[in-house]
Amino acid sequence: MADTTVPTPLIDMSNISIAFGGIRAVDDASIDLFPGEVVALLGHNGAGKSTLIKILSGAYKRDSGQIFVNGEEASISNPRDAKKYGIETIYQTLALADNVDAAANLFLGRELMTGWGTLDDGAMEAEARKVMGRLNPRFQRFKEPVVKLSGGQRQSVAIARAILFNARILIMDEPTAALGPQETAQVGELVMQLKADGIGIFLISHDIHDVFELADRVCVMKNGRVVGTARTSDVTQDEVLGMIILGKCPPGAIPGPGALKIAA
Amino acid sequence: MTDTTSNTPAADTAADRARESELSSVGRFLKATELDIRMLGMVGALLVIWVGIHILSGGLFLTPRNLWNLSVQTSSVAIMATGMVLVIVMRNIDLSVGSVEGVIGMVMGVAQAEFLIRVMGFQLGNPWIWIIALAVGVALGLMIGALQGFIIAYLEVPAFIVTLGGLLIWRGMAWLMTSGRTVAPLDATFQLMGGGPRGSIGATASWIVGILACVAVAFMLLNGRSQRKRFKFPLRPVWAETLLGVVACAAILGAVWVANSYPWPIGIVRQYAQRTGITVPEGGLFIAHGIAIPVLIAVTVGIVMTFITRRTRFGRYVFAIGGNPEAAELAGINTRWVTMKVFMIMGVLAAISAAIASARLNASTNALGTLDELLVIAAAVIGGTSLAGGSGTVLGAMLGALLMQSLQSGMVLLGIDSPLQSVVVGAVLVVAVWLDTVYRKRV
Repeated sequence: MADTTVPTPLIDMSNISIAFGGIRAVDDASIDLFPGEVVALLGHNGAGKSTLIKILSGAYKRDSGQIFVNGEEASISNPRDAKKYGIETIYQTLALADNVDAAANLFLGRELMTGWGTLDDGAMEAEARKVMGRLNPRFQRFKEPVVKLSGGQRQSVAIARAILFNARILIMDEPTAALGPQETAQVGELVMQLKADGIGIFLISHDIHDVFELADRVCVMKNGRVVGTARTSDVTQDEVLGMIILGKCPPGAIPGPGALKIAA
Repeated sequence: MTDTTSNTPAADTAADRARESELSSVGRFLKATELDIRMLGMVGALLVIWVGIHILSGGLFLTPRNLWNLSVQTSSVAIMATGMVLVIVMRNIDLSVGSVEGVIGMVMGVAQAEFLIRVMGFQLGNPWIWIIALAVGVALGLMIGALQGFIIAYLEVPAFIVTLGGLLIWRGMAWLMTSGRTVAPLDATFQLMGGGPRGSIGATASWIVGILACVAVAFMLLNGRSQRKRFKFPLRPVWAETLLGVVACAAILGAVWVANSYPWPIGIVRQYAQRTGITVPEGGLFIAHGIAIPVLIAVTVGIVMTFITRRTRFGRYVFAIGGNPEAAELAGINTRWVTMKVFMIMGVLAAISAAIASARLNASTNALGTLDELLVIAAAVIGGTSLAGGSGTVLGAMLGALLMQSLQSGMVLLGIDSPLQSVVVGAVLVVAVWLDTVYRKRV
């Protein structure tokens, strides 16, 4: 890095909290992300990873805390806002409209229009063929509703939608959960390629092996709080497992508010 | 020019061919024409019903007169069914359409027969009367739809409850308008929307409409083809395109021919002859009805609604929300506003139906449109709209309305009592939806 000072993070979420009916799903969590970096969010089910990330993608509205995009405070109160800042999300559920075809899903909310103000389905399908050709060259089922596609095909539609609009920040929530080994490897390649393009990626995963392969840093959450953040080169897989299960912060990590206090 | 141009790699084309060769001849036909099996099934069911009733009634059903009447009777329900498709596709329901139709019919009746004449001092027959009355009705429909849609979308009261309330409220309002008194007669021009000999456009105009429609069909087929060429997508074979065009034009011109084969009744011809000073020849004067104005309105509504569902962003959103509301929300669609707009459209369509139904009666009664909500929902559902949301077509719903009306008027021709008619219509609804469920599972 040429800069002598610390570079500006692409995303800086600081002291974020949100509660659902008295339960603090995310409690004073802070996390940042730099360009071309992959940060993995780890934790048990219900640790608050998905909730934290949904605040960034605009699906939930935070109770307190601030979000900075490129150093400037961003107001994100719905998914449209997030997309304006170049934040794209691939949800665990994929969030596809099952009854319409791949092209309609790719452009949902951002349709291409003709000069007459009508949907330009031809142009959308042509674009869809281009981007899908890059991700999944064998994909040909452009006329069918996505409900009829296989898990991997649906996944590639969801990924294609996220990268179609030149995202700067990509959130991937369990991107490989529904995939076979070959497709998982494909997603891994894609992550590396996007990273090389300078896109910052938040990766939520349960697969610690995947995480060590793809991520530059890990951030572990437990009971809505951040246990600690560490470079993957500074910690071992066992130490990260200790963070997830016990909330014990190893020496290689920067402890967060959720770290086990009686570390002695 | 080749029949299929494709930019896909050779391997894929070969794979497509291989898949194609596995299909039976029926499958190949359907693939080439890209026709929907369910739609074909419905047309088939309709033809079976028509021919069946025709035979059972000793040749009374498939006559120009009956078919013409059938088309007029279907228009009001068919118009509302096009809107109900959108409502149901979005996983909502509207139980209030019959009552909304009733109250709007009443308001339009009072406006034209009493308010504009007695209070505003309009002369009887002033051409503005029907325009103002209709505009008031459409505006009221829009407002009622907006109110109900707002409560459903923004206050999050289930559509079932809001429109069930609406069913009672608007029917009550219709009665309260005049304390139950029927308002009649209506403005002479307004009445034209209800059909009848004067409310039809005559033979020449009907042929012109038919030919224009055929030109439009040809244009759409050609335009679709050039669009596909522009992006190098696979084209339909030329024979399939030609077949579709020929069948569509034959159906259009056949319908015009039927409408033009139904002459004015002798009494009205005599009146007309007296008024215009024509001498009626020996064998009587054949003046054709032609297409009825309410049918023209219904067809226009059908085309506009099809356009909205297929070619606009709004229509795309309606289907996306029906398929996965959460995904639509996450994609940044303002689902509440779309919901509200759907109910506003439904209100406007109820107003158009109210105009047709009251014009046809030449009276506004507080019972106008009673139980229409059930016919409208049944038409949409028989027409292939899934109550689970996300799928349905405007054309299907209109065919569904025609099917229901065919059954009903057919049973009248057969002299079946009205309680038994209800039994049959109810059973047909259940069986139709069951068949559709079976079909969906197999596909």
